[in-house]
Amino acid sequence: MELLGYYNYWVFAVVLCLGLYTVITRNNLIKKLLGLSIFQSAVFLLYITMDKVDGGTAPIIQKGVSDPIFSNPLPQVLILTAIVVGVSTTALGLAIVVRIKESYGSIEEDDILARDSEL
Amino acid sequence: MTILFAVFLLSLLVIIAVAIIRAENLFVALMLTTIFSLLMATNFFILDAADVALTEAAIGAGITTVIFLGALALTSEHEKPFVAVPWLALPVVAVTAALLIFASFDNPRLGDPEAPIHQHVVPWYLEQTPKLVDIPNVVTAILGSFRAFDTLGEVFVIFAACIGVLFLLSARKPSETRCTAPASVGLSQHLIPKVAGRFILPFIILFGFYVQFHGDFGPGGGFQAGAIVATGLILFALLEGEERALRAFPRWIMMAMAAGGALLYALVGVAGIAMGGKFLDYSVLSSDPIAGQHLGILLIEAGVGITVCGSLLLIFHAFAARESF
Amino acid sequence: MNLNEHLAALQIVVPLLAVPLIALLQLRRMAWLVATLTSLMAFAIAVAMTVGVLNGQDYQYFMGNWQPPYGIELRVDALSALLLLVITAASSAALLASYHSLDTQIEPRRHALFYAAWILALAGLSGIAVTADAFNVFVFMEISSLASYVLMAGGPDRRGLPAVFKYLILGTIGATFYLIGVGLIYMMTGTLNLEDMAQRVTQVADQKPVLAAAGFITVGLALKAAMFPLHLWLPNAYTYAPHVVTAFLAACATKVSLYVLLRFDFLVFQDNLVSHPLRFASLLMPMAIFAILIASAVAMFEKNIKRLLAWSSVAQIGYITLGASLVTVSGLTASVLHIFNHALAKGSLFLAVACLAMRLPGLQLRDLAGCARSMPWTFAALVLGGLSLIGVPGTAGFISKWYLISALLTLGAAGVALVAVIVIGSLMAVVYIWRIVEQAYFQAPSNPAAPAAEAPLTLLVVTWVAVLANVYFGLQPALPLALSSSAAAALMGATP
Repeated sequence: MELLGYYNYWVFAVVLCLGLYTVITRNNLIKKLLGLSIFQSAVFLLYITMDKVDGGTAPIIQKGVSDPIFSNPLPQVLILTAIVVGVSTTALGLAIVVRIKESYGSIEEDDILARDSEL
Repeated sequence: MTILFAVFLLSLLVIIAVAIIRAENLFVALMLTTIFSLLMATNFFILDAADVALTEAAIGAGITTVIFLGALALTSEHEKPFVAVPWLALPVVAVTAALLIFASFDNPRLGDPEAPIHQHVVPWYLEQTPKLVDIPNVVTAILGSFRAFDTLGEVFVIFAACIGVLFLLSARKPSETRCTAPASVGLSQHLIPKVAGRFILPFIILFGFYVQFHGDFGPGGGFQAGAIVATGLILFALLEGEERALRAFPRWIMMAMAAGGALLYALVGVAGIAMGGKFLDYSVLSSDPIAGQHLGILLIEAGVGITVCGSLLLIFHAFAARESF
Repeated sequence: MNLNEHLAALQIVVPLLAVPLIALLQLRRMAWLVATLTSLMAFAIAVAMTVGVLNGQDYQYFMGNWQPPYGIELRVDALSALLLLVITAASSAALLASYHSLDTQIEPRRHALFYAAWILALAGLSGIAVTADAFNVFVFMEISSLASYVLMAGGPDRRGLPAVFKYLILGTIGATFYLIGVGLIYMMTGTLNLEDMAQRVTQVADQKPVLAAAGFITVGLALKAAMFPLHLWLPNAYTYAPHVVTAFLAACATKVSLYVLLRFDFLVFQDNLVSHPLRFASLLMPMAIFAILIASAVAMFEKNIKRLLAWSSVAQIGYITLGASLVTVSGLTASVLHIFNHALAKGSLFLAVACLAMRLPGLQLRDLAGCARSMPWTFAALVLGGLSLIGVPGTAGFISKWYLISALLTLGAAGVALVAVIVIGSLMAVVYIWRIVEQAYFQAPSNPAAPAAEAPLTLLVVTWVAVLANVYFGLQPALPLALSSSAAAALMGATP
């Protein structure tokens, strides 16, 4: 049971690395962006894991409840920001991919490199 | 019981991540990513982060998927078979994983109430929020007041993405790929989505407004509300086609929303200086500091919601309209 | 209402307020005007704060009037003041130059959005320099990164698009690594305010997560700062970006990441990690040496002027990290000084390239033959900027290399070997600058498309102001020297 308390951190590490692996190895630019969003989501899990307190509830103060235990609100605030950052990066990355497709006719990295060296 | 459920969900998360990597059809991979986001949102909910769960569901699973779909329509959904041998990637990834797992053994255990982050700073927030800001949702209090400067930055992040997408997708297409595709008519020829969509549309918008104004008391706030309202309007555009959607809700209104919301937020901050306080100091906005805080948070949350909604709509339409550009 | 008290906040708020206005303005000259005025105003604020800092004032600002560590604190000391000067000056000069230069590269109807992104980049970079909160740094880092991806993707060459995509991927990985590092250290200390963090890290008994945090933060920021061997995104991104954008971002973008790295390593980790100085030095110093030698060597064989200068930037970042890796006050002084002086040299060189590109858009070295005759002022600026880059006495580049060498010589025998590296690096700089000079001055004109006239006057004036600043700060280095030595003392002051 003691080790289960670390399970979240391991899943964070594994998912993070799966995302990173996708970004580095895949040729397809959209697949790279999918990997990037998995990679970023893993970090959300790290932050939200820290906020949990045994027996706690969401940090919303209710009148009349004596001695409540709240989970930590601060990591939640930070991750709200990080989620918005994630969607912004993805949107911008996709806009670049669309432009690449229009000017190169492909979204595979090796095709693009090959087409540039033709010149 | 909960912990077993959490372990089950987390394991599922890993399995889906592997499936995303292995999927060769990008559409399939995208759908799996959406499931991944929803699972992530469920995990957040189990870990007591209701606000984050709502945001991840609305933005991570909702809006991100729609933008990806828009980009897939403009590119292609097939990935070339994977051939390269990952000589570089494997060691990099292995070192990262090893470093993280090495570090994890000294991390505080999940749910440990003695962890440093529960001892410092946050107790102050929990104790002082009722006295200084007096709204029940502590997350909103931190987001809107204690760390309002981060949130201001966040609004400009999404605005930057919106400006960037508009800038990139307003470039002229290379001549050979230019086409004059007929403007899309959406799903207006399909009866079932049309009827069902029209039926749920008002409820989505209504729910968006509820989330906006209920953010002080429960999970929710400007980001989630902006994303939900934007989703509703995107659904409208999908049902009726680009042209009609843009006629009903033209681009300049969206741009005015995106810019206006950001401006509103920054001006609330400047009002703090003008009234003799610091930037983003709401206490001076009214004679009663707590009323000032309420007013400030209400205004900046409105600014956030308006900008998020406008920016996301502009981003969606930039992709959707590119085909016939 | 005393504005002086609010200067730190206004440094970011003024540009942020201007962004929505510029985005709404559809008239391109108006957009340019508002952007330039905003940037000049930001420069004025930076100058005012520098004067204050030199007079011993410490700018501290509590956002929303919440005490740190509960609220977000802004703080301007000598190091941030120097950075702010570099950022706002580079932005203002490049914006003035963009009046002519941008028309040839971006369609006029897209200018308003472009300038909005520019001011966002300005706000983001200054935000990083001003804030004293680890997470706030991340937010502004993202604003500046997103905006700079947009700016760099604006160039007309399609090869710019894959280059920016690569930058976006690597930049996001870098920022996310930074976020992981901040998360781990927050987990162990419970605070995000840098100063509070520095105090509380000492009490952390289990060091593994802090060690991992140091690793992630260093690697993430090294990626953003294009530190060798993590520089792969830089040469192409700089080459295909619009010329004025290269002038702006080459002067300050990577340096801002270095700034955060210095802050974190010296203020937070130095005291608290066992044998941190040794680890820091043994990681950074080899990377710096390789950067100087390999990147300069690559620059010697480049055929495109912009790419040549971009590779030289990678080498120059090596000089900056070499100084920091000594972990001494004199080393850090040289390092911070070189941030300032390299920004001057590279900024004016890229401005001169923008002048050149007005008449010779290809920017290939072989097309330069004999061009110095028709564009004397442009080439004179290129030569002077080049001399400063090499480090010839009388230019700004000399001062920082001088300080770097004297810092190295205190090390004894190892120092002499490192001085040899610097000398070899400078000789290679002589070679790559000479290649430009030789083509332009000593070859017969062979290119039928050779330029017939000088660049537009405003562009030349801006370039020459930047070039003369190199000479001025080479002869009168008091201002940057005062700032960098007090910054170095403050950074090292954290170590007893």
